Amino acid sequence: MDFQLLDLYTLVPEIFLLIGVSAILLLDLFLSEEQRDVTFYFSLIVLVVTSILPWFFYDADPRVIMNGLIVSDSLGAALKSFLCLLIAVGLLYSKNYLLSRGLHRGEYFSLTLFATLGMMVMISSNHFLSLYLGLELLSLSLYAMVALQRDSGRSSEAAIKYFILGAIASGMLLYGMSMVYGATGNLNIEAIVASVLADDADSTLLRLGVVFLIVGIGFKLGAVPFHMWVPDVYQGSPTSVTLLIGTAPKIAAFAFVLRLLAEALGHPSLHQEWSQMLTVLAVASLVIGNVVAIAQTNFKRMLAYSTIAHMGFLLVGFMTGSMTGYSASLFYVLTYVLMALGGFGVILLLARDGFEAEELSDLSGLSQRNPWCAFLLMIILFSMAGIPPTVGFWSKLFVIQAIVDLGYVGLAVLAVMTSLVGAFYYLRVVKIMYFDENEVSNSAVTYRTGMAIFGVNGFLLLGLGLFPGWLLSLCETLIESSVRTF
Amino acid sequence: MLTNIIGSLSLIVWLPIVFGILVLVIGSEGRERISRWLALLGSVLGALAVVPVWLQFDRTEKAFQFVEFSSWIDIFNINYHLGIDGISLILILLNVVTTVFVVVAGWEVITKRVSHYNAAFLILSGMINGVFCSLDAMLFYVFFEATLIPMFLIIGVWGGPNRVYAAVKFFLYTLAGSLLTLVALIYLYRTSGGSFSILDFYATSIPQSAQILIFLALFAAFAVKIPMWPVHTWLPDAHVEAPTGGSVVLAAVMLKLGGYGFLRLSLPIVPDAAHELAPFVIGLSLIAIVYIGFVALIQRDMKKLIAYSSISHMGFVTLGIFIFNTEGMQGAVIQMVSHGFISAALFLCVGVLYDRLHSREIADYGGVVNTMPIFAALFLVFAMANAGLPGTSGFVGEFLVIMGAMATNFWFAFAAAMTLILGAAYTLWMYKRVIFGNVSSEKVAGFKDVNAREFAMLFVLALLVIGVGLYPKPFTDVIGVSVSTILELASVTKN
Repeated sequence: MDFQLLDLYTLVPEIFLLIGVSAILLLDLFLSEEQRDVTFYFSLIVLVVTSILPWFFYDADPRVIMNGLIVSDSLGAALKSFLCLLIAVGLLYSKNYLLSRGLHRGEYFSLTLFATLGMMVMISSNHFLSLYLGLELLSLSLYAMVALQRDSGRSSEAAIKYFILGAIASGMLLYGMSMVYGATGNLNIEAIVASVLADDADSTLLRLGVVFLIVGIGFKLGAVPFHMWVPDVYQGSPTSVTLLIGTAPKIAAFAFVLRLLAEALGHPSLHQEWSQMLTVLAVASLVIGNVVAIAQTNFKRMLAYSTIAHMGFLLVGFMTGSMTGYSASLFYVLTYVLMALGGFGVILLLARDGFEAEELSDLSGLSQRNPWCAFLLMIILFSMAGIPPTVGFWSKLFVIQAIVDLGYVGLAVLAVMTSLVGAFYYLRVVKIMYFDENEVSNSAVTYRTGMAIFGVNGFLLLGLGLFPGWLLSLCETLIESSVRTF
Repeated sequence: MLTNIIGSLSLIVWLPIVFGILVLVIGSEGRERISRWLALLGSVLGALAVVPVWLQFDRTEKAFQFVEFSSWIDIFNINYHLGIDGISLILILLNVVTTVFVVVAGWEVITKRVSHYNAAFLILSGMINGVFCSLDAMLFYVFFEATLIPMFLIIGVWGGPNRVYAAVKFFLYTLAGSLLTLVALIYLYRTSGGSFSILDFYATSIPQSAQILIFLALFAAFAVKIPMWPVHTWLPDAHVEAPTGGSVVLAAVMLKLGGYGFLRLSLPIVPDAAHELAPFVIGLSLIAIVYIGFVALIQRDMKKLIAYSSISHMGFVTLGIFIFNTEGMQGAVIQMVSHGFISAALFLCVGVLYDRLHSREIADYGGVVNTMPIFAALFLVFAMANAGLPGTSGFVGEFLVIMGAMATNFWFAFAAAMTLILGAAYTLWMYKRVIFGNVSSEKVAGFKDVNAREFAMLFVLALLVIGVGLYPKPFTDVIGVSVSTILELASVTKN
């Protein structure tokens, strides 16, 4: 647990990433506009290498290092690896879009990599402070990226909303952390657990702390009633930034909630408290997310509300406090991220100079202009709705099984009914693509690589839908071996 | 290896799907001919794949046959578990034959996105086969739900003017019912000690209060599918707006998914609840038979009339199932098959007329017999069958169900027999207005009689309808043991 020089090896992925992003910052100064591609590919290489590195330096049994700041386990390695690949794919999706919007600049890539670094720190942290550090690194990078399009009023508005609300939420989080510190005398997760077990902690203060921590968590995930930033930020940001915000931080947030609630505050008496709070958040998110999405005419905004609903499902799986529940939530977040990648990716692919393909009406008749694109988007939408044989069905099923197992049948029925409501707006997009007349001219997608990745993305959802067992087993193994419960 | 595949259920399920994907990949704008012929090949092969199974099927065996089992999702004990009994077999037969008709029916009519159209039907056909073969509840559910996607697209892309409303209504209505079933299946998984196998569900004992809830949850899905009154309102819209092929598949096959669900899942798994709620279901069935029969009488749109007639005939199916005797249940299964052929034929006939006049209003037609005598003759066979004329398949099912109802309660039989009057009334009145009388317009006077393709379809169907009507023994033989097995399971107390 004390700092040993050899422990630095476990941090090689983060160290490499930091060196990489510093190199990019420097390198970019000496590159001209035309050579900007070098920065792009260099970032990709850094990300790909970073995704391979964790597998050399993790511990099968969780091991705490760096004076209790970092934990090295298989879940961390898996999530970090997946995260880096995800962000690399996200960058690939965005390339053309960035070029046409004047965002293809060194700052974009370095901010992306800094955000990745923040997420990696969050995923592996064992201490409230490192958790917060990672969170802030992620958030500040994202705030800047949202505002990167200087000339767009909407982006600036979205950035300010995100920044102010995010700052308040972080403040709440810190307040909660300080209360937990006051109650237990520790910020280290293992020490907190020991303190709670030894009955040393002031329980009222601890419970109050939990409330504020959940406020912070709720904001980060975008759960009702802390969701107000989600639609505006998703709609206002440049779509490539929306892609980033909608996918990667969800994985980091999952790890964040896992470390915070399942590990640090996993004691049964505390679990009772936060599981009730999470249930309220989950139910509200499911209902409001699904219902309000019906009224949307902007595709990005609709996806934002659908994200709120999906996070509700995630919280439903999480509140069980059982290993099955956590595995189901992990499976859910991993598959959700793939769906969101495709959902926002298609907007990036269809966008052109002076034309953001973000209104629902922009998709009308897509099946006639670009049948392949429409087919893939249809798979993604049915996956989000949870219709077999796509993987979205299995992710919802596993969560529902986890809660029915514990007797929460009413909650299961509610989750299922809100999915039905949700099916409507996904169906509406399919209807617009397939049943409406083609009103948009000239929409050949010129970005070949992007289309290829989109194809892989869509078929992955179908393939996982036919063979989901292995991924679920993997999730279970990761959770069982890494989550330290009491 | 080849002998392992031929004569296996997996072939029956996946062959149409594979051909559907082939058609999708190979066909494209400008290659319509290849798409059509490939689709026809796929549907015919799909039908031929059932032949070895039919020949090797043991009609005296009580257990499920042609069982295939491989592990799919280990953690939740969800397995790729297939197997059939007599009821599954004849429904599969109905499905594959209907698929051939559908591909032939769309030959000249569908001109845009031909490959997508044919692919959707082939994939749908494979999935429906999957529902009929599944012995694992989750596999059943996956196939059951997955059929919504192709049907939604078929109605919405190639349908009539109000197709979007009809397609969305169809999808959401059916999805709503099915989602409750999902919760029920998960509950059953827990109660049965961690298995999704339908056979394990048969053996699980469940307290009565839970049985009622499970029955209602399963009922939600199957009642919407059949459809039963009052959750039937999606059907008239879907049938009217769907293209001819879509209406055929919807009426002939997809409605039977609901009936099959009752037989395979509801009755054997929660028999006590089924008995307790039987009066409720019988009541709804009788309302469907009588009330919907009257509703059919006042329809002005031919397709809508046939749609309501479908609902009325499916009322016989649920009535037959829930009176819990051999005649009733055999009648219900025969009715499912017979109604499949008859409604498919009726929709194809309406399709033939629609292709000529582009109208489904009865008022726009009249005196069609003058210009299309062959068509009129074939249409007469199907109209009579729909009315329940002895000698046609429509009579066999209805008669058996009425006999079974008589054994339970005279008034049930009386109400059910009303269909003999009502069915004749609305069908023959429509027939008379469309076919006989004065030629209503010049367009009608210019009609060409059925061409070779249309004649082939309708003639084969007429042979089937009359064949089953005169000699239903092959079918009753196949389903005999299965029906008695289900009745046995349904009479056991499990709470």
